[in-house]
Amino acid sequence: MNDMRVTEREVDDLEIKMKARNVDVFYGETHAIKHVDVDIRDKTVTAFIGPSGCGKSTFLRCLNRMNDTIDVARVEGEITLDGEDIYDKRVDPVQLRAKVGMVFQKPNPFPKSIYDNVAYGPRIHGLSRNKADLDEIVERSLRRAALWEEVKDRLAAPGTGLSGGQQQRLCIARAVATNPEVLLMDEPCSALDPIATAQVEELIDELRSRFSVVIVTHSMQQAARVSQKTAFFHLGELVEFDSTSKIFTNPDDPRTESYITGRIG
Amino acid sequence: MTDATATAAPRPHGAGSLLAQDERTRRRNKAEARFRAYGLSAVIIGILALVLLLVSILSNGLSSFRQTFITFPVMLQAERLDPEGNRNPAEMAEVTTFGYLPILAQAFVEHVESLGIEHDVGLRDMAAMISDEAPAQLRARVLANPDLIGQTIEVEVLAGGRIDGFFKGRVTLASAERDRNVTPAQLVLAQALAEEGSMETRFNWSFVTAPDASGQRPEAAGLGVAIVGSFYMMLVVLALALPIGVAASIYLEEFAPKNRFTDLIEVNISNLAAVPSIVFGILGLATFINFAGLPQSAPIVGGLVLTLMTLPTIIIATRASLRAVPPSIREAALGLGASRMQSVFHHVMPLAAPGILTGTIIGLAQALGETAPLLLIGMVAFVREFPAAPPEGLFDAASALPVQVYSWTQRSDPAFVERASGAIIVLLVFLIIMNAVAVILRRRFERRW
Repeated sequence: MNDMRVTEREVDDLEIKMKARNVDVFYGETHAIKHVDVDIRDKTVTAFIGPSGCGKSTFLRCLNRMNDTIDVARVEGEITLDGEDIYDKRVDPVQLRAKVGMVFQKPNPFPKSIYDNVAYGPRIHGLSRNKADLDEIVERSLRRAALWEEVKDRLAAPGTGLSGGQQQRLCIARAVATNPEVLLMDEPCSALDPIATAQVEELIDELRSRFSVVIVTHSMQQAARVSQKTAFFHLGELVEFDSTSKIFTNPDDPRTESYITGRIG
Repeated sequence: MTDATATAAPRPHGAGSLLAQDERTRRRNKAEARFRAYGLSAVIIGILALVLLLVSILSNGLSSFRQTFITFPVMLQAERLDPEGNRNPAEMAEVTTFGYLPILAQAFVEHVESLGIEHDVGLRDMAAMISDEAPAQLRARVLANPDLIGQTIEVEVLAGGRIDGFFKGRVTLASAERDRNVTPAQLVLAQALAEEGSMETRFNWSFVTAPDASGQRPEAAGLGVAIVGSFYMMLVVLALALPIGVAASIYLEEFAPKNRFTDLIEVNISNLAAVPSIVFGILGLATFINFAGLPQSAPIVGGLVLTLMTLPTIIIATRASLRAVPPSIREAALGLGASRMQSVFHHVMPLAAPGILTGTIIGLAQALGETAPLLLIGMVAFVREFPAAPPEGLFDAASALPVQVYSWTQRSDPAFVERASGAIIVLLVFLIIMNAVAVILRRRFERRW
């Protein structure tokens, strides 16, 4: 797992899917995110790395307005999706979250059947016309999450009965089922063993062919393995944002270098 | 008890053998043993209190489910019961229970004579062995079926309260000496009749089906009206408190902003749960009866008052079970693009449902046993008429189980002690059933995440 090799991937010519400009986040009096500018390109994996409490998860949650659910959180600045300001008054966060899906740190399947877990998103968004349609969406999503072969015979079994890694892939399938344009992943492997982690990472690379993925991770190896772009956060600031190869081989900022070599964090 | 951690100078570890306890360990073990003993004795005291309660209630009250009946033939004389002779129930109704009393008494005396029992009980005293309720029961039977007139029918009538008490051990020959309501000779006669098979003590359904009876007729008093009244009130409480309580808690827990105003509401709900129930009675008297003009003694008013009383319990239980649903479930739903309401109704509510149901049933059980507020809205009245079927029946006068217990304990005849204990048994049975349902629901829908 100690693979620090970075494959060169040219992604700079892809169009910018989400753009954040001058984003500040406050939790009550605490200034959690300070003047962050990030461009998230289409069909790209963007990794956010940094020590605990540096604000990378907070920033991720700004991208689909999950911070709205926290009363004391306040977001300033501009974040756009395809050029539209997602914090505009006219934007309904429910519609935004259908386009910007999310996978959480801890696998959190609904206490329902595997089928119902995956079918929930398409159902509430009206993505299927009939049962056959829905069956197809469920199968496709589970296949994309590399879970179909393991669960195809027990779709009616509760999703909570799966192993941790399977649960997380179920959550990914559930997020993929709504056909999002951007998929946010908040430390999706932190509760998984190395084998499940490898499976999820492989999956992330495949998902890149369809939409852009933003992943928050503690593991620098993981960032190096799966991402094309890396943003390094420290104490609420975006220290450096560049291609993954540049960040890991020749960072501009001394703090980035200290972090990836293990001197801070 | 925990000061063992603070005293005693620090001593390096590894000085003593593992096989011998050092001083500190010994003291800590002793403290723990003492604490266990306290805990165990507390539990034992609790169990003893419960056993005492059950034994006293059961030993006093079980006999109320049994009643003594006298069986003898009665000739229904047409000239006394239907003077006009045309079997018209409206005209026959003019003969009151006072018309039936001598017929019953005479038949009873003749029956005793025909058995050839030797006794020295006067005619008046013999008639007094039959319950005052008996003529009314015979009259109702005859009015319901006028064809019986002129025939000789076998009747089974309640024995008087003291005679009944004799067979249950409450009245003895010695106590009858001092009692102005019964003579030892009556008891001897009753014993003889029992040996002949004309007097029998057996299970008595009418204790739970019959309405209340006056203070002179404990043998006829039943819980029917009280059970119906309590049932109606529970219907009202369930229909009002469950939706209002659950809606209020979902709003407060899932939608309301957290600010001073909602904090104030929260504190007030907790306080309301601790308000003495009699205060709710005064409130109900002032608002529902005096202001809104609803009838007194009506289950609707009792139900409304108990709803007010139960709401805080349901709200607190519901909020606790909503809070127990892990936030990750809400996040998962929101992250998929579900609206707040979808996340609550599709995911949070099903998980919180067992807790909500348990809270509701516990609240209902609490309301079922509540007495004080009902006293203030007139439910302690003496009600013999069964209320009509709901919804009209909710506005008829009725009694309630705990209030029936209260009013029976106020009456002077010692037979009501047994009646009151019997009513408590019925109340306890209902409470146990409700709590058992709560436990079963909780087990059945145990959270699965």
